[in-house]
Amino acid sequence: MKERLNPGAVADSPGSSKQNKTGSWRSFRPIVTDKCVGCGLCVQYCPEACIEIKDVKGKKTAVINYDFCKGCLICLGECPQKAIKSEREKK
Amino acid sequence: MRQTKKNVVEVSYAVAEAVKQCEPDVMAIYPITPQTHISEKLSQMAADGEVSAEKINVESEQSAISACIGAQAMGLRAYTATSSQGLALMHEILFIVSGMRLPIVMTVVNRSLSAPLSIWNDQQDSFSQRDTGWIQLYVENGQEAYDTQIQAFRIAQETNLPVMVCMDGFMLSHVYEPVEYLAQGHVNGFVPRYKPGYALNPDKPVTMGTLGTPHYYVQFRKQLQDALLASKKTIMDVNSGFRSSFGRGYGDGLIEEICMKATPPMKKGTSRKHALITIGSVTGTARDVACKEGLGIIRVRSLRPFPEEELRKACSGLDSVGVLEKDISLGANGSLFDEVKAALYSLRDGPVVSSFIAGIGGRDITMDDIRDVCTKIKAGREVREWVM
Amino acid sequence: MAKEMIEIRIHGRGGQGSVTAASLLAIAAGHDGKYSQGFPAFGVERRGAPVRAFARISDEPITIRSQIYNPDYVMIMDPTLCELPEIISGIKPETVIVINSKEGGRKFRNKTYLYDATTLALELLGRDIVNTAILGVFAKATGLVSLKGILEAIDREFPQKLAEKNKELVSRAYRETGS
Repeated sequence: MKERLNPGAVADSPGSSKQNKTGSWRSFRPIVTDKCVGCGLCVQYCPEACIEIKDVKGKKTAVINYDFCKGCLICLGECPQKAIKSEREKK
Repeated sequence: MRQTKKNVVEVSYAVAEAVKQCEPDVMAIYPITPQTHISEKLSQMAADGEVSAEKINVESEQSAISACIGAQAMGLRAYTATSSQGLALMHEILFIVSGMRLPIVMTVVNRSLSAPLSIWNDQQDSFSQRDTGWIQLYVENGQEAYDTQIQAFRIAQETNLPVMVCMDGFMLSHVYEPVEYLAQGHVNGFVPRYKPGYALNPDKPVTMGTLGTPHYYVQFRKQLQDALLASKKTIMDVNSGFRSSFGRGYGDGLIEEICMKATPPMKKGTSRKHALITIGSVTGTARDVACKEGLGIIRVRSLRPFPEEELRKACSGLDSVGVLEKDISLGANGSLFDEVKAALYSLRDGPVVSSFIAGIGGRDITMDDIRDVCTKIKAGREVREWVM
Repeated sequence: MAKEMIEIRIHGRGGQGSVTAASLLAIAAGHDGKYSQGFPAFGVERRGAPVRAFARISDEPITIRSQIYNPDYVMIMDPTLCELPEIISGIKPETVIVINSKEGGRKFRNKTYLYDATTLALELLGRDIVNTAILGVFAKATGLVSLKGILEAIDREFPQKLAEKNKELVSRAYRETGS
């Protein structure tokens, strides 16, 4: 495929980084447990910005988008409630 | 055609007038000697409402050029001017401007670099920025400074490359001499509105100068190099377009050959055997001497892109040339000398190339100095000397 | 270049307007339809320090940009400068000297015009800025630039009130000088 090089190194397709699904990089999977209080600290720390606080069955809780979660487990280390555990990724 | 009244102005003011006529949107300038008269005049014009550009008073030259990046990236026409230490302080940003292909125009009023502290003229400042991916045009006199300033805006936006117009500090910037101005309508006709390929716009987001991994970076660098080489044609076309529109042109735009053809008392049909290669305002003084001494003059107008082919053509058949320049690549040679020599290396029976470093730190270059240089060139032996 | 090019060297002290004199001379020559050039000996400007400025006037375009070493005319803005060796440096037997001085102290072998511009400047401006008055003397003595040209140059370069006073200075110095 001929690569398109916009002069000035201009990336002109906004949001195109979403095409890069970093979820495939994951060898450990963080899992949010019931202990989550929805404080949102993990949202701040996630380098891929793939955690959201959502209302799940009447309770605020962290929800991870595994399409982009690369398994760095920073959220696990930062969670003040120790509410995130990890599992080995089964491929 | 003899005019009855000549418009005698300080060359800095003529440059400011040209900038005003090109209607920049943003001017971010930090004053520094000897660029100050351009900066002051443009500030005055902005304050008086003669120029609609936003004049940004910045805290350093690094900020000035950075503000220009922001403005130009927004799709606006940006202008700045500096000298010496100011240009050196811009250094890291200059690469970003060219890498992002932002056609910013800057006037460099050439001044030496500290230490020892010197406010006087030489060209070490802009020569040391020649690798930054900017087009560099060096002018000889006030009229050319004015004309080239106008050409620069057009060259920049046609090539998406930034342009430095380099003029000798004091020797040009502070001289009162006749400069003919163009009518505003003519300037507008010659420099059309700037239409950016990309501009920052929240409705259509883009990233400029994005991360270049090794796979991509080299391709962008090659692209930039190709653009600079291709800009030769644009510089020549703009020069000839200017000549046909307004009757003034400067050689082929890249180099100017002066009295290279035989003139009396030389026999008709014979050609010059020796030439002086110059850059900038010293060419004026050389005109009065070299031709009488039997030498031609080849003036380099565009240092970047470097007129390699043009110089080879101009120098073929000559016995010897001498490069007279106001810069020194410390630990090597005068940079123009090195580049001329490299360009002529593979020329069959190419001329002997000598180097003359002159006018460093504002040392006056006299007619006697140039006569002396001419004598040495005619002797046909390679010399490397400082005129001091 | 043909020898129609006239070279003028101006000596003064910082603050007396020597650099302005050079540019006014260039502008005036331009008004007269001639080619011209005016520039200072670029230095670090300090009030009272000896300064030099240069002007060239020609019927042909001027390309030379070096300083002036063998002037055809020398203007001395301050008589106390007359003793400096640089005043006579490079002057030729035919070089004409214009001095702001009542009786001229130092005797030059050259043709010399004396005029007490200081007294006139103090009277009209209240300050010892003698550049314009000396230009009036120069114009009359040499005929190289017209009085009209100098007056127009002053009009262009000075704010109106100052221009009026300076034009009076030039005109009086011009009238009182024998050509």
